[in-house]
Amino acid sequence: MLKRPQTIVVTAVGLLLLLLLNLPSGATARIKLALGGLFLPLLGVSSASQSFVDTASYELLPRSTLISEVRRLEKDNATLRLEAALGAEAAAENQRLRAQLGALPRGAWRPRLARVVGRDASTWWRTCLIDYGSRDGAAVNQPVVTAEGLVGRIAVVGHSHSQVALIGDASCGVAVLVSETRDHGIIAGGQQTTDAGIVEMTTFQQTPSVMAGQLILTSGEGGVFPKGLAVGTVMDARPARSGLFTSARVRLGAHLNRLEEVWVLLP
Amino acid sequence: MNWASPITLFVAGWLAAFAQTQFSVVRSLLGVPLAVGPALVVYAAFSHGLATASVFAVLLGLWTDALSGSRLGLGAVAPFVATFFLSTRQHLLLRDQRYAQFWLGLGLGAGLPLGHGILLQAAHAGPALGWNSIRQLLVLGLLNGVACPACFWAFDRLRQSLEYPAAPTSFMAGQREMKRGRF
Repeated sequence: MLKRPQTIVVTAVGLLLLLLLNLPSGATARIKLALGGLFLPLLGVSSASQSFVDTASYELLPRSTLISEVRRLEKDNATLRLEAALGAEAAAENQRLRAQLGALPRGAWRPRLARVVGRDASTWWRTCLIDYGSRDGAAVNQPVVTAEGLVGRIAVVGHSHSQVALIGDASCGVAVLVSETRDHGIIAGGQQTTDAGIVEMTTFQQTPSVMAGQLILTSGEGGVFPKGLAVGTVMDARPARSGLFTSARVRLGAHLNRLEEVWVLLP
Repeated sequence: MNWASPITLFVAGWLAAFAQTQFSVVRSLLGVPLAVGPALVVYAAFSHGLATASVFAVLLGLWTDALSGSRLGLGAVAPFVATFFLSTRQHLLLRDQRYAQFWLGLGLGAGLPLGHGILLQAAHAGPALGWNSIRQLLVLGLLNGVACPACFWAFDRLRQSLEYPAAPTSFMAGQREMKRGRF
């Protein structure tokens, strides 16, 4: 039999938790942001210390190394400028042809750099925190990428920070296609794998043509991710238990365990 | 009432919740976040009253939920149940023995994430549990098994240095009491 103080504590906590679990999603998100705001000083300290370590490591590098690094970057910059110019020409041609065919013009995406300042506090989720919030133009469902491939989408937006649901998380499904065969599939997420860099893809029908080494791209269906973003490569494929679909393990292009900087794509 | 000890506990909980989002190298090595919250829950349940320990457990759960993709409130259920169980059975459990602290830390280190995972499954709001989950729970259990005695040692030391010494129960010192009767 519970004593009176114990009954009071159990009742109070029970009511509080019931209230929180039954709140509408908008109110829950606001409370989460308010609670997350308590950690802003610590996030600031963490960001500042990371910047300090980065700066200090550059300060310690010898001048000759820095000069060779600058030369390499200048060369890379010149190559990328040329590729961008050629890409811009191809994009303009693409838009002209689309206009002639009467298709809607494909929107351009503006990338914005963000720094990863934290990972998910729980064992069961795959999310990360970035220092890019509503004050910078962040909005829910904006795609997040690295040069190696798709990372995820923005799930919760705060004033100065946002939470990104990574590929493989239960709340970040991605519609994909196999680059070589154009077979469509989905990466639903939610599976617990030993390696965070491996996710499970299911095609919409049995497709024996899906093989190891093939490139996986976003298909653009669903409207969240633009078409043609690199996701990863097929490791192996097998028929699903039902025999109606093909399941494939995909090695993600982006290194989700080693994310430091990411790009948020603004429409 | 001396507020130093509960305040220290809450600050430690706040830092522990934040630490779970940091240390990506340790996270990559262990495959789990550096979560020592369960060890603090054991300490709070044994060293503070039911009300303080319950508020601490609920806040720790809410802070963890705020920094994760979890539904708000779901992460506070398991720590509160564990706190209530330990607080109401304090007289039956060993507190000062290191091995008891280790096993309690290990039990809660694995038990609290498991409870959270089961609740997520029940709410159809979480990932599927697999063989990798067992490995993760074992690592978290061992981590908290080691952290729990360290928490008791550090907080007890801090408590001794911050709190007032216990007041004597009697005005008269025992050794100065007059002995009466036949010698």
